[in-house]
Amino acid sequence: MIRFAGDSGDGMQLTGDRFTSDTAALGNDLSTLPNFPAEIRAPQGTLPGVSSFQVHFADHDIATPGDAPDVLVAMNPAALKANLPDLPRGATVIVNSDEFTRRNLAKVGYAANPLEDDSLADAGYHVHALPLTSMTVEALAAFDGLTRKEKERAKNMLALGLLSWLYSRDTASTEAFLRAKFAQAPEILEANLTALRTGHAYGETTEDFAVRYQVAPAPMTPGTYRTITGNQALALGLVASAYRTGLPLVLGSYPITPASDVLHQLSTLKAHGVTTLQAEDEIAAIGMALGASFGGALGVTTTSGPGLALKSETIGLAVATELPLLVIDIQRGGPSTGLPTKTEQADLLQALHGRNGESPVAVVAAQSPTDCFDAALEAVRIATTYRTPVILLSDGYLGNGSEPWQIPAAAQLPDLTVRHTTEPNATDERGEPVFHPYLRDEQTLARPWAVPGTPGLEHRIGGIEKADITGNISYDPANHDRMVRLRQAKIGAIADSIPPLEVDDPSGEARVLVLGWGSTYGPIGAATRLVRATGAKVARAHLRHLNPFPADLGDVLRRYDRVVVPEMNLGQLALLLRGTYLVDVRSHTQVRGLPFTAGELAQVVHENLMEVQSQEVTV
Amino acid sequence: MTTHRGSAPVNPRNDSRGSAPVNPGNSTTELGLPTRRGTEGVPTLGDGSTQTKKDFTSDQEVRWCPGCGDYAVLAAVQGFLPDLGLRRENIVFVSGIGCSSRFPYYLDTYGMHSIHGRAPAIATGLATSREDLSVWVVTGDGDALSIGGNHLIHAMRRNVNLTILLFNNKIYGLTKGQYSPTSDVGAVTKSTPSGSVDHPFNPVSLALGSEATFVARTMDSDRAHLTEVLRAAAAHRGTSLVEIYQNCPIFNDGAFQLLKDRDEATGRVAHLRAHEPVRIGAEGSPEAKVVVRDPEGRLQVVPEQAVPQGHTVVVHDPADPDPTSAFGLSRLDDPSMQTVPMGIFRQVERPTYDDGVREQVQQATAGTTRDTASLDALLHGRDTWTVDGTRPGQVEQLLEGETTEGPTPAAGEALVEEGEEVYEDEGTP
Repeated sequence: MIRFAGDSGDGMQLTGDRFTSDTAALGNDLSTLPNFPAEIRAPQGTLPGVSSFQVHFADHDIATPGDAPDVLVAMNPAALKANLPDLPRGATVIVNSDEFTRRNLAKVGYAANPLEDDSLADAGYHVHALPLTSMTVEALAAFDGLTRKEKERAKNMLALGLLSWLYSRDTASTEAFLRAKFAQAPEILEANLTALRTGHAYGETTEDFAVRYQVAPAPMTPGTYRTITGNQALALGLVASAYRTGLPLVLGSYPITPASDVLHQLSTLKAHGVTTLQAEDEIAAIGMALGASFGGALGVTTTSGPGLALKSETIGLAVATELPLLVIDIQRGGPSTGLPTKTEQADLLQALHGRNGESPVAVVAAQSPTDCFDAALEAVRIATTYRTPVILLSDGYLGNGSEPWQIPAAAQLPDLTVRHTTEPNATDERGEPVFHPYLRDEQTLARPWAVPGTPGLEHRIGGIEKADITGNISYDPANHDRMVRLRQAKIGAIADSIPPLEVDDPSGEARVLVLGWGSTYGPIGAATRLVRATGAKVARAHLRHLNPFPADLGDVLRRYDRVVVPEMNLGQLALLLRGTYLVDVRSHTQVRGLPFTAGELAQVVHENLMEVQSQEVTV
Repeated sequence: MTTHRGSAPVNPRNDSRGSAPVNPGNSTTELGLPTRRGTEGVPTLGDGSTQTKKDFTSDQEVRWCPGCGDYAVLAAVQGFLPDLGLRRENIVFVSGIGCSSRFPYYLDTYGMHSIHGRAPAIATGLATSREDLSVWVVTGDGDALSIGGNHLIHAMRRNVNLTILLFNNKIYGLTKGQYSPTSDVGAVTKSTPSGSVDHPFNPVSLALGSEATFVARTMDSDRAHLTEVLRAAAAHRGTSLVEIYQNCPIFNDGAFQLLKDRDEATGRVAHLRAHEPVRIGAEGSPEAKVVVRDPEGRLQVVPEQAVPQGHTVVVHDPADPDPTSAFGLSRLDDPSMQTVPMGIFRQVERPTYDDGVREQVQQATAGTTRDTASLDALLHGRDTWTVDGTRPGQVEQLLEGETTEGPTPAAGEALVEEGEEVYEDEGTP
């Protein structure tokens, strides 16, 4: 596991991203965790300005970006200081010694240069202090057209070349990437290539590194793969949904971290019939999406927590008008502005209940970066089948994290074909055909989706309570009671289309179930593996559907002596489970803006196993 | 990443009209979008068929207060919609919240009675995704100018193809009588028992400041003028903002009485007619006044018989690309209603947002098909590798060079960009 860390202008995200691509191409399974400041360019050399990118790769199936890095690449004293607490004994540290000046050391509170005393060696680290900046400048001495500053900027490529050597990675795909990126700037291209090769060559010639690592390919299902981030997968999932429904995709969005990438991605996909509208605010963004839905399109809006709060009233309007609408929340740390670039899953209750009145919506969650693709298709299936807004929850960790994705065949994706209503669905007292906009499908309870431009089906919808069947304004008490229950029943009916909850319990004898939702999937999986490696038995399950829950969830919960629910919030799913099923689930929570570590969760599971065992003895 | 830095114009049909403007930040690109006119794209009735007022009248009982000005506007709209010749099912009324926003229920077209202030946003999504619809927004002074002010100004700035009817009665009616953003300073209302200290908006000035391409003002009780203005608004491609002075007989009765009383109105209403002097009163009458531009460029109202030297009579030109005259005229109006211009202030051509958005998608999709193959190509992107599992239980990874297809630019033009440095470009909202 490697962590690249530097100043937010040092290009660490790019370096990590390229190393990831080279690693994926080699067939290792991998998982990444970008971690960057909210400020675009925080003051140089300071702790708040440290940007890092962690990549975990192995010859086996990987569930998380890893807990503690084996190698830290620190481009300055701030990067070293910020990341040292995560480093285990024995880790390798590669630092850019050029940046360890008195001034930079003072900026982050180092009284003495840690490279010049024994503090790092005493802590058990293998330190390689290399003058990466001056090595780069020296390597690029022949590039007369570049300023010294421009030459210095290539130091991240030199570091990447060195790491590529260290881990026996080929640099061909990075070279191809650079050629494409700098096609218009041949000198900068050559400079970057030179730096990259210099780093690789330095590794080969130096005797500084005693070990060189070979990580064999991981066994993976045969197929074609690519590396993909959650936000990319989500964008592709939306476009695929548009293909499979036959509807044009219309995105209304307002820029917000960490959701903006989905807007960026989709705005490049016009050739696939995608329309993106950047609205004046979050409310307008969802309004535009809902307007497009009324017009018969697949209306989608993307946002993060604060934006979801602003969209609440319009989601309520979509509940009342019973139109398909997809609301995507890439969660981040809250409340308020909170931690824009850090991850959290604390919008669950907002998604379920953050509106006035009885306002049920379907809620689904993605569990891994690649799963964002499937989650989008499932959300669209529910929205179009049941004519309802669906909130899809992802988070910053999933959105920015990447992993290998086995590319599905388009023809194998679910058929989501939508047909708008084109004919009257009833007759009036004189026997004339009429259209009743709130006459429901008996099975799904969905109302017809008749779009403007359809002759004979002219009708009015809106936020005022509707009379059952006719859709006229109604203040009748009995009608309101009926409509509130119908809307709830419609959401409940979705459970009929959800498969039973998949429980991973290999022995079938586990007494403790770990239940999660969203991005805790990876850490829970890794923790389960750690626990099972000790010979203990533990079951796990993960919820895709948060509203409605799978029909058999209550039965599953009651099958186990102990249900542990880890969440990156203060126990929101646990609250729902307790309230819904009267099961005394154990909540384990953490809100540090970072994913759980496998070690931490394994410890929690272990403690619960012990407790359950000891109870058995005392009973 | 998404701008066309250093790249060729996106529209191959565009015969480069000079270089793009210098911009130190993001690059800009010449859009070369076509200009469409009027209601082009909206289906019309076939030969011989006609529609009547009855066709546009829904079966819902109208529930405004007796004497409400909304009745007159509804009758005028129901009366002239058939004349547009557009198919009824292709007309959509979207409203917000307030008395006037009940409007869609009474028209037998498609309609959405949405939420407070958001109608322009919802209508923008609808109009942009559906070229074949004639989209109308019905709103009031509270709905449009207070809670929905942001959406209103942005719809006008974008020039979305919408006709917006802004009913201005200078009061909140549905919530029973609080002052609104157009209420006069000093207005005594339920929420301002000591008189309002809140400075009002002039909706016409606001619309002109938002660069609306069609701005007009009319009156609920003047059926002929109302119909004439609405007809022009409906025919305009882009956002048409029509302020309709409307009487609320319950909470603000008589707010516009000075303009309804024939004798009073004669000396107060400045009629805006294209290519005619802006005149108050009958031409040639001794009381007639005209709007003049003084030597400093300010507009003034003077007796027509006594235009001072160095002052020029303002001849109205709604198509003037320079909005300063229209804005000057809008400022003649004040709460005293001494001089109130009525009619079309501004009517100019500018490419609409919805046409532009659709054109970009059409250009991108031209000559392409959306099928399984194109979706497969999209999902694959540019950087894939293959895992070959020919031997059961043992998966073999081929070596680099054989396995990585590498970038395939031909397939990659419209595909998802790779990560690049996106993370570090992220900021807080």
